[in-house]
Amino acid sequence: MELKNVNIKGIPTAEFNDNEYLENYIKELEANGVNVVLGKIDEFINWGRSNSIWPLIYATSCCGIEFMATAAAHNDIARFGMEVTRNSPRQADLMIVAGTMVHKMAPLIKRVYDQMAEPKYVLAMGACAISGGPFVNSYHVVNGVDQIIPVDVYVPGCPPRPESLFYGLMQLQRKIKVEQFLGNKQR
Amino acid sequence: MENIKKLILNTVKDAVIEEKQKLTVTVDYTKLHLLAKTLRDNAELPFDTLVFLTGMDRGEELGVNYLLCSSKDLSKEIVLKTGTTDRENPLLYSVTDLFETANYNEREVFALFGIRFINNPDMRKFFLNGDWNGFPFRKDYDANPELNPLNLESKDIIDIAPRIMEIDGKLVESTVNIFEEDDYIINIGPQHPSTHGVMHFRTSLDGEIVKKIDVHSGYIHRGIEKLSETLTYPQILHFTDRLDYLSANINRHGLCMAVEKAAEIEVPERAQYIRTIMDELNRMDSHLLAWACQTNDLGATTAFIYGMREREIILDIFEKTCGGRLIINQNVVGGVMFDIYDDFQKDVKSFIIYMCDKLKEYDRFFSHNVIALGRMIGIGNLSKEDAINYAVTGPAGRGSGWSCDIRKHIPYALYDKVEFNEVIRTEGDSYARYLNRLDEIEQSLHIIEQLIDNIPEGDICAKTKAIIRLPEGEFYSRVEACRGEFGVFIESRGDKFPYRLKFRSPSMALVSAMPLICKNEKISDFIGIGGSMDYVIPDIDR
Repeated sequence: MELKNVNIKGIPTAEFNDNEYLENYIKELEANGVNVVLGKIDEFINWGRSNSIWPLIYATSCCGIEFMATAAAHNDIARFGMEVTRNSPRQADLMIVAGTMVHKMAPLIKRVYDQMAEPKYVLAMGACAISGGPFVNSYHVVNGVDQIIPVDVYVPGCPPRPESLFYGLMQLQRKIKVEQFLGNKQR
Repeated sequence: MENIKKLILNTVKDAVIEEKQKLTVTVDYTKLHLLAKTLRDNAELPFDTLVFLTGMDRGEELGVNYLLCSSKDLSKEIVLKTGTTDRENPLLYSVTDLFETANYNEREVFALFGIRFINNPDMRKFFLNGDWNGFPFRKDYDANPELNPLNLESKDIIDIAPRIMEIDGKLVESTVNIFEEDDYIINIGPQHPSTHGVMHFRTSLDGEIVKKIDVHSGYIHRGIEKLSETLTYPQILHFTDRLDYLSANINRHGLCMAVEKAAEIEVPERAQYIRTIMDELNRMDSHLLAWACQTNDLGATTAFIYGMREREIILDIFEKTCGGRLIINQNVVGGVMFDIYDDFQKDVKSFIIYMCDKLKEYDRFFSHNVIALGRMIGIGNLSKEDAINYAVTGPAGRGSGWSCDIRKHIPYALYDKVEFNEVIRTEGDSYARYLNRLDEIEQSLHIIEQLIDNIPEGDICAKTKAIIRLPEGEFYSRVEACRGEFGVFIESRGDKFPYRLKFRSPSMALVSAMPLICKNEKISDFIGIGGSMDYVIPDIDR
């Protein structure tokens, strides 16, 4: 698969950043070749997967409110098939970490993440979840949620606007679309 | 206040009375409880509301500052100070039996300063894990991360609270079980969409009736007050926005006022107008979200979408003014950062007309809904006495019949020049709090209506020095945020950094009342009551 074939809502590939990263990712995945039939089935499965991501909102502070604004009518996350927010980690595909992570919370987010079923993704929303943000020097703040769990997409901002969150979610959709659900021989 | 001074000296002979920004009384720690009790029970002017309880590391000694005010007139204030020089095992007397709201505050002081309170029934650390090394707010705290490494293993919660009681003049250390042996306990939170943040309620149930709630906090404790001690005053401003992010602008206004009062900076009139209008827009934004979330908690998803729709219009006005949506960075020391844009008045006026119409719509399709009424009327009753005792302010306190609007009692900005009603209801149930919010939106619209056409020309920000230094002293400011009274306390030692900064969080009082008002209610109503109290957790944890 080539990157230009990864279609997101009719937005051309050139309008996205981080294309190089995704190209390398495709090269890595396709290093051993792709089965013609399974490759096509993969594309079909990934089309379905990427358009029905069910998020778990791990909201601890301000970013959670911006997520609510994203989910409500004005911005409408349902356009991306992501309106089914799950409160149980067992039903969720994506964990949106929206807010600061502190020492007391760290074991709990790890536990929730471990309860999610594969394949699972994590989006770090806002400066705090990425690096600790304005509280980076604090004694009780974890400097980035990636110290606890692996992160797929980082969305900067304090808090990020709904549009930035959508951009991050589309990047995640692109990532899911190039993955090989069945065809990857390394699995 | 002369009578009060006499009363203080009659009660405690060696009390030191100083006239600072507030009347300040320093007493020995053994006498503090007696003095606080006398002031509370004073018939003429009872000082029965504990606004601030601030732990202090004064260098030599560890101590506590109390700001008391009268529930009848919030502008009558008195500061009590006490302390102990024993840094190894500091012990002070608790005032929990006089002011219920002191309970969580004293536990907070124990976690952050290591001061234990004699006679407090529950001396567990409030924000931090029980095994945290050191007391972070002490000046000699060792911040070495190796002492407190990141731990990813979940631990069992132990429901045993240590305490230290005075029995017949002797101090006895003992422990107490929070729950009974065979209680059925469920955990609500810390990560639960209906707790409005990361709060952990351990709830023991009898069937579906709530028997007892034990609150665990600190899942978003960021140590903002400690961080502030290394930053200059303009640098601290952005932290206030991230306390109670829904009343971001009002919180920031509070801190700006404290600094301006201390540094004697006069704010231009145009800036005052912009501040007041922005504060009221912010209040509506917050109340709309609160309304939306409460209806959502009661099962009305459509109403949630409606509330967010109206809120988005306010956010657009914010965005056009200063580029921010939720956190708008508008107030700075001396005025505001951005001037209003050309069509500001037009946009706000058209919003006022639109919103008046929508309030009628809300009233029509939710306020009289039979199911909603059944889940709000007579549920979560908070009496006026309890509201004062727990220092529950804001729409919730006024829903219990307590006149506690700082805008009326201690007017700031332009609130003494505009006409508005303080919305008070006496029922004290969820429905009263619900209606209070909708009525306050109406009052906010009314306030903006009076100001929007009269914004004077002029500067938007006073000229300030490049480095703002506050003179030595203690400075308080109190503003009416969306959830109640937000307070700022600054102790300055003449430097460009504060020596100690403390924020009074309205939400902490709201949560401290939750175990009381949820008792003997159904577990399904717990969420609805939480929605009607409308607390914001990062404001509590700071």
